[in-house]
Amino acid sequence: MSTAGATVSSRLADIVGPLNVGTDPAQLAAFAIDDKNPSSVVRPQSAAEIVEIVKFARKERLAIVATGARTKLGIGLPPRQYDIALDMTRLERLVSYDPGDLTLSVEAGISLHKLGAILTEHGQFLPLAAPYWDRTTIGGTVASGVDGPLRQLYGTARDYLLGMEFVTGEGVLAKSGGRVVKNVTGYDIHKVMIGALGTLGVITRINFKTFPMLSSSRAFVATFQTLERACGMRNRVSQSHLAPVTMEIFSPGVTNLFASDAARRIAPTSMPENIFSGSRWIFTSGFAGNQNALERYENDLRKMAEECGAVDAAVLQGPQLASAFALKREFIPLALSSSPAVTILKISVLPRQIAEALTAATREAESRHLPWVAIARGVGVIYFAMLPAESGETSKQLTHQAADNILSACAALGGHVTIPWCPTGWKDTLKVWGLPRADFAQMLKLKKAFDPHGLFSPGRFVGGI
Amino acid sequence: MDSHAINDLKKLLGADAVLYRPEELLLYEYDGSVEIARPNCVVFPRNTKDVVGIVQIANRYQIPIIGRGAGTGLSGGALARQGGILVVFSRMNRILEIDVENQRAVVQPGVVNADLSVAVAHNDLHFAPDPSSQKASTIGGNVSENSGGPHTLAYGVTTNHVHSLEAVLPTGELVRLGSPALDSPGYDLPGLFVGSEGTLALITEITVKLTRLPETVKTLLAIFDTVDDATETVVDITARGITPAACEMLDGWTIRAVEAYVHAGFPVDCAAVLLLEVDGLREAAEQHAEDVADVCRLHHAREVRVARDARERDLLWKGRKNAFGAVGRLSPTYYVQDGVIPRTKLPQTLRRINEIGEKYGFEIGNIFHAGDGNLHPIILFDAREEKQFQRAVASADEIIGFCIEMGGSITGEHGVGMEKDRLMPLLFTEDDMNLMRRVRDGYNPTGLLNPGKIFPSTKGCGEIHVRPGSVAGASRA
Repeated sequence: MSTAGATVSSRLADIVGPLNVGTDPAQLAAFAIDDKNPSSVVRPQSAAEIVEIVKFARKERLAIVATGARTKLGIGLPPRQYDIALDMTRLERLVSYDPGDLTLSVEAGISLHKLGAILTEHGQFLPLAAPYWDRTTIGGTVASGVDGPLRQLYGTARDYLLGMEFVTGEGVLAKSGGRVVKNVTGYDIHKVMIGALGTLGVITRINFKTFPMLSSSRAFVATFQTLERACGMRNRVSQSHLAPVTMEIFSPGVTNLFASDAARRIAPTSMPENIFSGSRWIFTSGFAGNQNALERYENDLRKMAEECGAVDAAVLQGPQLASAFALKREFIPLALSSSPAVTILKISVLPRQIAEALTAATREAESRHLPWVAIARGVGVIYFAMLPAESGETSKQLTHQAADNILSACAALGGHVTIPWCPTGWKDTLKVWGLPRADFAQMLKLKKAFDPHGLFSPGRFVGGI
Repeated sequence: MDSHAINDLKKLLGADAVLYRPEELLLYEYDGSVEIARPNCVVFPRNTKDVVGIVQIANRYQIPIIGRGAGTGLSGGALARQGGILVVFSRMNRILEIDVENQRAVVQPGVVNADLSVAVAHNDLHFAPDPSSQKASTIGGNVSENSGGPHTLAYGVTTNHVHSLEAVLPTGELVRLGSPALDSPGYDLPGLFVGSEGTLALITEITVKLTRLPETVKTLLAIFDTVDDATETVVDITARGITPAACEMLDGWTIRAVEAYVHAGFPVDCAAVLLLEVDGLREAAEQHAEDVADVCRLHHAREVRVARDARERDLLWKGRKNAFGAVGRLSPTYYVQDGVIPRTKLPQTLRRINEIGEKYGFEIGNIFHAGDGNLHPIILFDAREEKQFQRAVASADEIIGFCIEMGGSITGEHGVGMEKDRLMPLLFTEDDMNLMRRVRDGYNPTGLLNPGKIFPSTKGCGEIHVRPGSVAGASRA
């Protein structure tokens, strides 16, 4: 280690204690972002310590990236500078939980899994069904802005996050919002922290609204010969009074993905053969309620599926339902592990444009012989994964061309595309954050207010923020 | 105000779109709050280009600009606290686009909230945020204040129903924030601008979400002989995880005021009623109505009535939504608070409000969004008597102080505006507010847009002593 490095780590050790500063190469490699290692890993246990770390970093012009379970560090552009990995996993306290009020305040480093267990004891849950569920932290989930199947009914974090505490780039501990379910006091600053990839501040505490667990739930699954028919089913449901909990369309290749060894570890229960095999598009929708409501959903969905030309249909419950849910929640990690050079596009369009956007995407992939799978949420968010068999220059070129054309096609529809996941070496050509945005100048103003010295995750976010 | 500025505005907008004579301005020195502030002139833009032009003129002469919809706000958000040009959006009231299939609408800011729901009702859709002022208040105003309403308990407040915005920054820049498709890449700027109380931009176009109307609606009126039984019922309904579409409470005093005016059929001899609504699929709503009624009875409801048809339901809601009008008949002035508390603290908070009323010698009525814990204590007083006014403010401050002690907030849906700016330090530290000010200064660098709002001009708050910083859970480790 260089002398400068040694000084930095000894100063960090003054703040968090020597046992909570890591500098050995193996440790640092575990915190690499796009093949770039930090020079120190720090494990603070309080917001006060983070304030001191940020103040120190500011003085020394060191760049900080806050990390949780490190499951989504690949999202975004490679960091321009990366000195300190701020490991948030020691901030994992439950600050307050009022089950009777259905409100919760937690530190950012708590895992969704651990929090879920606490809430389950009280018959409640948080609808953040994010990928890497078994280890991802709440702070990482919120900061990376990933979504989950439950957004169909519950929306995303912005819809049930009540307040936040964070450390700004000036080393100031600040907060916004509150703990009560309704509140308009001051600016909703916490909303801009969601999905900001840690570029505005280090989230230390998050307040949420919790939800009562669903009494009894099922999932309706139907297969269709074509994408258009599956989308027709989606449209049919959205025009009805049914209010499903989840609604997705799987591309034909998804069943193979869900039959992999990795998938079996997540979901040991086998699925109905007639549905989860073959080359058809799958429409799936979860629903919940009392016995009468469940029957109503099942009957209505079966009838709609028939009218929309479904080939086959089934209703999942119990372990099959849980397995199917886990699989679609973990679609991204499963896709990432299925090829040596996976690129996943996140496509957002209006709900009625899903078929058109997906048709354009599949055309671009297939014309270049790139294997692909996709999962489309009923709200108009599509994850489209291209899975070339090898990671060489040809694959890079083909993926690049396909991605660029998909970007243009979706922009023409009025939608937008980002590329949250791709091989590090491809980030120089792929448009990771999509096409330039008209509101970018307004984003820079926000960055300047929060992190004027550019300490946090420099270069990783939209437009190289 | 500079007569050249008036002339420039007339040239831009036409003489019929600029008011500046004192008698013309009178109407615009009020809103729904107890505050008064007179603008120097009032202008009525017809389109976004007009708004850009107005902002340019304001910049040229360094005059404050303030946006205003219908002026129904309850915190002075749409008042010209430091004078200036009041930009009234009533002529920008067109629904520009309705996309039934994708459940979105594009509207100008002056569209009246209820008009949008009426326009899409035949498509079985509605705009879910329903402030009590919805027959008058505009969507632009709702967006600026992040308005709530009785049905936000299940459907969420305005911010949950806004996809994207077109806005004119105080610098004259025209910007588009967010997009109709979800998860716009980058920072969630609509999330920041909605509820910024007109201090970041003048909103000129809004893309909103339209929500499917429920298949079945069941409206229940539960009648109680004690306030405690009513509040305990709300605590229990919440804790059981039943989320009604709406859960409103009116205390006996308010009921008597309402009945004398609206004749909604509320029993005048009771201590409190809960107006509850459940909706959704027929099968679910019927079950939920029974569950809710059971909890009411468990807490000694004297009677639980279920509205038999739309007429009965409308009558009950008429009683609720016209309550403030009814109260206005009883007293020359009233002061409505907007504090929020955790739902578990409802019983003791209502008892405390009663004690505070007795201490200061005021009748305090309560009509509020019980299911959200969003209180609206109404203090009746005579503003012509200076001492009464001061006592009213002192009692209101004591109520807000108690809400914050309970872990709550100073405003649930009315906004801070110029009415509660001095209370901000009860919730936020100087550091918190400085960051918010920096955000504001990023978009509103000269401070010409809606000056004197949200943030206190002087530090500290003399009357109430609550530890700042308790809002994000710091006091409840």
